[in-house]
Amino acid sequence: MSTVTASGLRRITTQRRLLVGLTITVLVVLFAVLGPLVAPHGQNEVVGPPFSSQGVFGTDYLGQDILTRLMYGGRIILLIALLGTAIGMVLGILIGVVAAYAGGWWDEVIMRLNDVTLAFPQILLALVVLTAVNQPKAWMIVLLVGVSHAPRVARVSRGVALGIVSRDFVYAAEALGERRSRVIVAEVLPNMNAPLLAEAGLRLTYSIGLVAALGFLGFSTDPGVANWGQMINENRLAMSTQTWAVLAPVLIIGLFTVGTNLMADGVAQLAQRGDG
Amino acid sequence: MTTVEHDPLTPGDPSGPGSGGISVVDLRIGLTSRPGVDVVDDIDLVLRPGEVVGLVGESGSGKTTVGTSLLGYTRAGALIERGKVLFQDRDVLALSWQEVRQLRGEEIAYVPQDPASALNPAIRIGRQIVELMELRGLGTAESRMQGARDGLAEVGLPNDDEFLRRYAHQLSGGQVQRVALAMAFLPRPKVLVLDEPTTGLDVTTQGMVLETMAALCRTHGVAALYVTHDLAVIANIADRVAVMYAGQVAELGDRSTIFTAPAHPYTRALLDSIPHLSHARALSGIPGRTPAPGARPDGCRFNDRCPHVVDRCREVVPELVEVEPGHRARCIRVGEIGRWDISRGTVPDADPDRPRDIILDISDLQVFYGRKQVVFDVSFDLAKAEVVALVGESGSGKTTISRCVGGLHKEWTGAIGFEDVSLAKGARNRSASERKRIQYIFQNPYLSLNPRLTIEQIVKRPIELFGIASGSEATDRVVALLDQVALGPAVLRYQASRLSGGERQRVAIARALAAEPDVLVCDEVTSALDVSVQGSIVELLEELRTSRGISMLFVTHNLALVRSIAARVQILNGGRVVESGSVVEVMDSPREDYTRRLLANSPRID
Repeated sequence: MSTVTASGLRRITTQRRLLVGLTITVLVVLFAVLGPLVAPHGQNEVVGPPFSSQGVFGTDYLGQDILTRLMYGGRIILLIALLGTAIGMVLGILIGVVAAYAGGWWDEVIMRLNDVTLAFPQILLALVVLTAVNQPKAWMIVLLVGVSHAPRVARVSRGVALGIVSRDFVYAAEALGERRSRVIVAEVLPNMNAPLLAEAGLRLTYSIGLVAALGFLGFSTDPGVANWGQMINENRLAMSTQTWAVLAPVLIIGLFTVGTNLMADGVAQLAQRGDG
Repeated sequence: MTTVEHDPLTPGDPSGPGSGGISVVDLRIGLTSRPGVDVVDDIDLVLRPGEVVGLVGESGSGKTTVGTSLLGYTRAGALIERGKVLFQDRDVLALSWQEVRQLRGEEIAYVPQDPASALNPAIRIGRQIVELMELRGLGTAESRMQGARDGLAEVGLPNDDEFLRRYAHQLSGGQVQRVALAMAFLPRPKVLVLDEPTTGLDVTTQGMVLETMAALCRTHGVAALYVTHDLAVIANIADRVAVMYAGQVAELGDRSTIFTAPAHPYTRALLDSIPHLSHARALSGIPGRTPAPGARPDGCRFNDRCPHVVDRCREVVPELVEVEPGHRARCIRVGEIGRWDISRGTVPDADPDRPRDIILDISDLQVFYGRKQVVFDVSFDLAKAEVVALVGESGSGKTTISRCVGGLHKEWTGAIGFEDVSLAKGARNRSASERKRIQYIFQNPYLSLNPRLTIEQIVKRPIELFGIASGSEATDRVVALLDQVALGPAVLRYQASRLSGGERQRVAIARALAAEPDVLVCDEVTSALDVSVQGSIVELLEELRTSRGISMLFVTHNLALVRSIAARVQILNGGRVVESGSVVEVMDSPREDYTRRLLANSPRID
C-alpha cells in the first residue's frame, strides 16, 4: 500500500507545484496589469505627510500612497522582463542549437566565445551601457537584459540539443538531404520544447531580478513613473520608520520569483515524466 | 535443514521446496494504480538444485517481474497480490524486510541485465566482489579475499593484485559480466536469478559467460532461473524451459520437449520465427502484438493471435494441462492441433550460382574516425535483388561501412560505385536521385523516428522532398505504403510513441520505401525487436526483395539470421573482411578460424 500513496503523492505534488506556481504568477501579473485601473490614488499624487501610516501600507518619502505606487510599479518591470527574456531565449537557442548541430570546430569556437561573454557579470554589462547614456530608454534595457541572458540560454540549449542531434532521426533527415535549416526547425527544435520552457521560466525570474536591480540603482526608464526596484531605493533610508515602503515591493518581487520558479520546475518535472 | 511437509498448493513434484531449491506457488502480481489488472498471474514454478530453468518470453510478457519476485522484490507500481515463494520452508514474500534483506545476495542472488551499471564505478573490483560479505561480516578479511581470488579463477579471469585493483571501466563487457557472476557466487547462494545477463555481449563472449554460468550452477548445486528473450541461448543452457506469454506461463517442459515437440501454439509460432544456423528458413512472425497488462483478451490470452483459435478459446480461461509427465501447456486444444515439425519452415539456401547484375560496388574502402583507421581495404559488391550481409562482432566496422554507403560518415577513401557513378562522401554532396535510390534503415526504431511528428508526416516527407507526389496524392501513397508494411491507415495521425517497437520499425521501412529506392541499407534492423517481430520484418523484407527487386545491404551480428535472409556474406573482424562468399559456402565450409569460432559460439537450436 505504501507504494500507492507514495506515487500518488508524487503525482499530486508535481501537478500542485505547477498549479501553485501558475496561480501565483497569474495573480501577480493581474495585479500589475490591472492595478493602475483600480488604484485608489494617482501614482504621483501626494496623499499625506511622508512616511505616515495613511492608507493600507502608508505613504512613502514624498507622501505618495505605497499601495498605489505598488500597483503602478509592476507594469514596466514585467513588460521589460518578459521582452528581455524573449530576446534572450531566441538568441540563446539559436546560438546553442547551431553550435550543437554544426559540431566540431564550429561548436568549439562558438561555445568558447560564449564562455568569454559568460564570464562577464550580467549586471555589469547593463551598468556599463546605461551609465554611458543620458536617459535610458525601455528598449535599451530590454536589449541589455536579453543579450546578457543569451549566453546562459545558449549553454543550456546546446546541452539539450546535443542529446537530440545525435539521434537517428536527425541522421535520417540528413541522409535524405534535407536543408540544414529545416533539420533544425523541423527535427531538432520541436523536441526541445519542455526543457526550454523550463529554462524560459527561470530566465524570466532572473530578468525581473535584473530589471528591479537596475531600477534600484537608479536606471529606470522614467524616474517619475513608479517602479518596484526604484521604490526600494527611494525608501530604503526610512526602512525603520516605514517598513512597508521597502518591504511591499520586495515581497511582491519575491512572490513573483517564487511563482515563476515553481512553474518552471513543474514544467521540467512534467517533461521528464513524459520522456520516461 | 529439515524436510518439510508438502504444501498442498505445490504442484506434485517430488523434489519440491525444502530440498534446497525454490518454488513459486500461485503467484499474482498486479498494478497498484489499476486494481484488478495483473502483470503476471497464476505462476507456478519449481527450481531444483543444480538445475537451470530458462524463463523465456517477449517484451511485456512479465518474465523479469517473475524473476525479481524470487527475491521478494517488485518494481515500483507493482504489487504482489497473491502467492508464495517457498525457499527452505519459508515464504520469502511473507518475511519482514529485514529478513528478506538477509536472504538477498547470501541465499538468493541476482545477476542484472547490465552489470556495467550494477558495478559501482568508484570501487575497485577486489573490494566490490567482497562488499556483501564484508557488510554482513562473513568470514575474515583474508578468507574473503581468498574467496574473491578463487571466484575469479572459477570464472576464468586473472586474480592477481593488479586485476583486483582495477575499476569496472577497465574491464571488457564480458569480463564485467563474469565479475558479476563471481560476485553472485561468492556467498554460495542456493538460488540464482539471472536477468538477460548476456544481452549486448558478442557471441564469443556470450558463449564463454554461458559456459561459466552453467558449470558453476552444476558444481555448486545452485538452482538458477535464467530470464531471457533469446530462445537460442535457452536451447544451449537450460535444463527446463518455461515459456511466458502475457503474464502467464504458456508452456513448461524439458528443453528437448519444448524445442522438438512444443504443444502450445505460441511456442510453436515463436520457434517458427527463429532463424537456424544450419539451413535457411522462411521466417514468419506472429501477427498482432503482445497485449499489455489490462489489454489482454478474455479466455486464452493468446486467442487473438492464435492460428488455431476456436470460439471456446475466447470463453474458457485455460489451465496448464499436462501433455505428458513434466510437460504442460496452457491450451485447451492440446492434442487437437496436430504435431509440429521444426523443419517446416526450411527453404532452400540462396542459389550461389545465380547470375549477378552489380548495382553497388565497393572497392578498397578505408574508413577513419579522426586519425584512427577503423576499416581497412574492404571491397565487395551487391547485385540487383540480392541481399549481402555484413557480419561481425561489435567493433568490426560493419555499421561504419554501412554508414559510408548511406552517406552518413564522410571520412573515408576508396570508391563506392553506384551503377556507373562514383558516390560522393556525404549525403549532401550526392545528387537527389542518388540520395533517393539508396535508403538507410536504422537499428533502433525508438530513435529513428522523430517523436514530435505524426506517422503521416514522417512517411510523407521523402515523397515530397524528392517530388514524387504532393498533396492528397502523397497521402494516398502513404496509406498504400503503410498497407504494404501491414499497418492500417489508423496510425496516420499517431505519433511514434503510441506504436510498439515492431510497428515503429515498419514505419521506418515505409519511410525508406517512400523514396522508391533501389538499395536498402539495413543496419541491425531487427536487433532491437522481439523474435516474433523480427520474423515478420524479415518476411516483409524478403517480400520486398522479390516483388520490387530491391537490393539490400544487411548489417547484423546474428549469423543464423544471415542464413535465412542473405545470398552472400562478408565476415568482418577488426575492420577487415576475414571471409566472404555465398552464404552456403561460408557457413557450411568456413575456411577461416575466425569464422569457425563465430559459428561455434553462436547459440543454435538446431
